[in-house]
Parts: sequence; structure tokens; C-alpha cells
Amino acid sequence: MEVLNEPVRQETMILCCICGIAIEPNPANMCVACLRTQTDVTESIPKQATIHFCKGCERYLQPPAEWIHAALESRELLTLCLKRLKGLNRVKLIDAGFVWTEPHSMRLKVKLTVQAEVMSGAILQQVFIVEYTINHQMCNDCHRTEAKDYWRALVQVRQRATNKKTFYYLEQLILKYKAHEQTLGIKPIHEGLDFFYTNEATARKMVDFLSSVIPCRYDHSKKLISHDIHSNIYNYKFTYSVEIVPISRDSVVCLPKKLSHQLGGINAICLVYKITNFIHLMDVATGQIAELNATLYWRHSFNSICDPKQLIEYTVMDIEQIKYKDRKFFPGQGTISHKHVIADVWVVRSSNLGLNENLIHTRSHLGHILKPGDTVLGYALSESNINDENFEMLNKDVIPDVILTKKNYTQDRAARRRMRAWKLKHMIEDKDSMATDNNDYYEFLEDIEEDPEMRQNINIFKDPRKSIPVDTNELSDPSYPQISLEEMLEDLAIDDIEIPHVI
Amino acid sequence: MSVRVQFENNNEVGVFSKLTNSYCLVAIGGSENFYSVFEAELAETIPVIHASVGGCRIIGRLCVGNKNGLLVPHTTTDTELQHIRNSLPDKVKVQRIEERLSALGNVISCNDHVALVHPDLDRETEEILADTLNVEVFRQTVASNVLVGSYSVLSNQGGLVHPKTSIQDQDELSSLLQVPLAAGTVNRGSEVIAAGMVVNDWVAFCGMDTTSTELSVIESVFKLNDASPAAIASTMRASLIESMS
Repeated sequence: MEVLNEPVRQETMILCCICGIAIEPNPANMCVACLRTQTDVTESIPKQATIHFCKGCERYLQPPAEWIHAALESRELLTLCLKRLKGLNRVKLIDAGFVWTEPHSMRLKVKLTVQAEVMSGAILQQVFIVEYTINHQMCNDCHRTEAKDYWRALVQVRQRATNKKTFYYLEQLILKYKAHEQTLGIKPIHEGLDFFYTNEATARKMVDFLSSVIPCRYDHSKKLISHDIHSNIYNYKFTYSVEIVPISRDSVVCLPKKLSHQLGGINAICLVYKITNFIHLMDVATGQIAELNATLYWRHSFNSICDPKQLIEYTVMDIEQIKYKDRKFFPGQGTISHKHVIADVWVVRSSNLGLNENLIHTRSHLGHILKPGDTVLGYALSESNINDENFEMLNKDVIPDVILTKKNYTQDRAARRRMRAWKLKHMIEDKDSMATDNNDYYEFLEDIEEDPEMRQNINIFKDPRKSIPVDTNELSDPSYPQISLEEMLEDLAIDDIEIPHVI
Repeated sequence: MSVRVQFENNNEVGVFSKLTNSYCLVAIGGSENFYSVFEAELAETIPVIHASVGGCRIIGRLCVGNKNGLLVPHTTTDTELQHIRNSLPDKVKVQRIEERLSALGNVISCNDHVALVHPDLDRETEEILADTLNVEVFRQTVASNVLVGSYSVLSNQGGLVHPKTSIQDQDELSSLLQVPLAAGTVNRGSEVIAAGMVVNDWVAFCGMDTTSTELSVIESVFKLNDASPAAIASTMRASLIESMS
């Protein structure tokens, strides 16, 4: 049998229609060199373009209105450059990369490799360079900053209280949780602080933070700045008014009858021993405690009858702890604190010490730390002029003469200040309203020293100007409250050491 | 002799004209420029006639002819047919044919002796073709294209075919046609050769875009200049002699 060989098809050669060299037939019937001279696949692509750059925040404009951060020769910048080129959709992009340019030349060069179909089917590949000019344009954010017209939302925090301790505490909380990072500005004013924000969402976040750390309520309002009826765009300034409960730590309050009944039959006269996002109340005579949240507070809205400014120093003459079995309990009673020890205390006002022998008897929750001879701070309820409708309704026989709030370690405030080897950070360096050189602030620092629970929410920094005292002669009392070195943070200090020139 | 010409800014001159050794048909255009070019070259020897076929100007693609006759499609009106009959020399037979593939110029390619036709052409048409034009008919394809009339141009001196036609196909066709063939293009790389040019034994008309390289190929394969035949003709020689012997 004869094997039929498939004849090899030999392609003919034709002459290139322009230059006449022999080529294999192709769709254009031209040699590649002639094809290049005849057609330009990059014709539809501009070879120059402009990119806008904001000097203030070092961002590039991605039209229509987005500003993005992009390093030189980065992928992001390349994406941005390619998006600026019109006509790239008509060709197939094979490769793109930056050609090095001097950073200060305000020029970017991008080398592109594209493929396109020319003359009914021939694919042509071409490499070319597009030059971008960087123009400066100030972005909206920077523009508003420059024009001092940059806040859109305001959070007003107010407390109608006699001392600023709550604000000092709030400041430390904000610092600890970095809640002020998106704040444009903080302005202390009378009875409070103003926080400014660029948009409502960040302000809202601040309000949420506040209501999670302190008992407060807030109100929301907005003011129309401008509007465009054609596009239905409204431009508002938003204001959140946050009102903190006007009761501070170590105050004495008088509860309405209904509320005291609701809180497990707690005594109407209570000591506020702690403020978190709840108000923590304690009946000093029985050790019964109760927690009150902001909603419940605003429903009953009572005021303090004594606040820390009225504290008087007493000296303990005698103390007798009450045994558990001698204490009275009743059914339906709320929680009893086990951290405190109830004691009968006989005190005399320190200023009258040695002048009269009339000991004042009271019950106190400080039985575990007091001993005869200690000084203690308390309110003289029987001697103070109290205007409170709840208080007036009480039976005057059951009101104690004195309510002791805390042991007094502050014999010499200046000495105590000298020994303090730590400090706090501050958000605002304002000399007037949030000044840190007053009694309120020192009391706040003393509170921190005395209350380890409070320290958990506060960043305490080592004070580099003071050394940790080794000699403890000054400390007469071993129970003297102190912050241990472990609780302190090292502050970040950047020191520029001058490097000597070597010749 | 070869001339570059344009029909109303269109380079596809083969569409708007039909050139044979005994007559030339030119489409009726908006201006007489196209006609004048043909008349200037041909008026002394053969009649140059304005014509339309079925009201269309694309006469080059619709009819087919050589020095012996002319075939027109069934769309041709009686008036047009009468006008053509009156204008052509008496010895040229004009025949109107019923053919499904009515663009005769696209499906038939011929010189005065041989014709290549579309493989699906009607048997009856083939007979009329052979009788009227006095040619030998071959059913063929050019570079695997059935539209032989579009992709090849023939004269008694030579022929130009689609650029993709392989050497083997060219050899086969040239042995059938008994004329040398070349693969080439017109109008700057266009492969629809018959649309881009018309040719007879002594003159060729090409589209204005035709490059000098293309013109030189055309002139050499159709032997339109007095210069010595190009290498293409000499390479054909061997196969010609072989097929004739």
C-alpha cells in the first residue's frame, strides 16, 4: 500500500506593501517596521497628565473627591496614575512601572507596555512613557483647618458640682482609653469641657464612651448651617450636651423615700463611696451598699446634702468593732459590704481636742482602718444647714450627728506632695479652668493614692524629677497609702544627644 | 502601464468599473473625474461606457466579462441591458442570467480563455458562461476562499491572487490558467484584490492608496511595462513548461 504523504503547505511570501521586503502574509500585509510607522496604538492615550497633591497632609487626590496616602513608586500611586489615564480601556495593558524621577522635580514617569489590535487583526505591542505633573492642591480637610472652620460636631460635657474631681478623673479616663484621638480640639469652660469633632459619628463615639464610664445623660441638637434645595444636601452643626450626675465621690446624699425602698431598704442618708458608670452608695451605719445607674438617678434626681468641701477633721478617741452577731438585719435587705467593718466610734473634733470632753458617738464603716488617735474626716450633720426636701421629711432622731467618710492621712499636704514620685498626663495645658495647682487637684491625687481600684483606670507615670524615697522616716504610719513602683509607667522621653564632630 | 485612480474618494476602483480587452464599463458617479481617467487612457482603443446594473453603481462586482462577451445578473433592468447592448461593439455578446449568486463579479474571475468560478455556481450558469465568454470553466477556490472573483484578478498575461495563497495552490491555479500568477496586495495591504484594481492586457487601474511596491508587483505580473519580467515570472517558468509538456 502506498502511504499518502500530506504535502507540506508552503506559505507564500509577499512583498510588504510599503517597503517591499519579503514577508509572510499577515492581516495588514505590512512588515512590523512599516506597521509601526503607519499606526500608533497609543494614539488615544495622553502622554501627559496631572495629579493633585495636598502638601498639608501629603495625600494624593483620587477623583472625584477621595484623598489617599501613597508613597513614591508604590502600588497605590501606580494605580492612581493609571486611573488618571483616559483611553487605556481601548488597549490591553501588559505592564506598567515607574521610571525614576527626582522626588523634588514634581514629575512622575510611568512606563507602560500596551497591546492593541490594528488593521483588522494584527496585534501590535508598544512601550511608551507617560509623564505626570504633580500640582499642589489643598484638600478639603486641610482647607477647613486653615480656615478655622473645621468642626461639625460638638460634645459639651457639664457637671453642676462644686468641685472638679470628676473632670480630673474623666481626663485620665480619656487619656487611658485614647478616646480623644479624633478630637479636633478641647476647650475647658466653666463647669465643663467642650470636645470638637469633624463629623457626627466621631462625636457620637465620644458620647458613647462617656456614658460607658460615668453616670450621665445627653441631649442632641443640630443647627442648620446651609442647605442646597436642588441636591437636597443639608449642612448641619451637631451638638451633644452631656450632663454628668452632679454628685461627687465622698458626698452624702439623702435619698427619696421611694428610692431608698427600691434599693433594698437602704437608709435614706448614704455616703457616695465610689463613682464608676454607677453611683455606689453605702449606709455607713449598717454597711449596706447599693448601685444606682444614670437612668435611675435622673428619674429621682436628688442632690447631695454634704459635699467634700464641708469635711471636718475629727480625732478618734475610742473605737469598738461591732460583732457580726450583734448587727441587725431585716428581710428584703440589699447587699451588705464585706470589705468594710462596722464599728462604734467615739470622736472629738480635732479643733476642740482637749477643750471639751464631749465625745460624739457615731457608727462608721471604717472600723478596719481606724484606731484611737487617728484623725478622720467627716461631716457634722447635726450642725450643718441642710436644705433638702427629702432630708426635711426624715425623722430627726435617726439622723447621726457625724458621718465619717475617710481616714485622714493629710497632716501635711505639702510634705505629701514632695514625696509623690509620680505624675499624671494632661490633655489640655490650660492655666485657668483645668489648672492643676489647686486643692481640688491635690485631693484628686490623694484619692488616687488611697484607692487602688481607681488606679486601674488611670495611667500613672513615674516623675523623673523625683526619686523613690528610700528613707521612710517621714512616714509615721505604715498604712500610709502609696503607689508602688510596679504601677507606674515609664514616660517616653526623646533626648537628642549632640554628636561631637569628628575632624 | 498602470494608473492610480479614485472613485469619489473611494479606493475600491474594481467595484465601480469593469475593464476588458474590448470595452470598459464605468459606474455613473457624482463627478466625471473617475470616467475621465479611464477615457484618457482607453478612448483611442476601446469604448468607455457609463453603465449601471439594477440601479447600482457597483457594476464591477455585479457583472463579469471578457473581450467576447458580458454576463449581467437578473437584477439588470431592460433599459440598462438595452443601453449596454447599444454601446458595446457588435461582436460582444451580452447575456442576462438567472443565478442565485447574483454578484457575478465576486464569484467568477476570468480572462479571455479561462474562468475560475465559485464551487456552488449553477450548472446552467456555467454553460452560459462557457458559451458566451468562450472560456474554459474551472470550479476553484483561492486561498480557501470561495469568492474567487474577489480574491483574484486575471489577464491574458498573468494573474494576481490573495496574499495567503500557498505556493502549491498558486502552482495548481497557474497550470489551469496557463498564465503566471503572483500573490500580492493592493491599496496598501488590502487583500480584496479584485475590488482594488482592474486590469486588461495593456493597462491596469489601481486604487489611490496602492503603494509603489504593490504597483511594481502588479506591473511585473501583468507584464504592463516594457522592462524585463520580474523574478516572479521566471520562477513560474519551470512549472509552466512542466505543465505544458
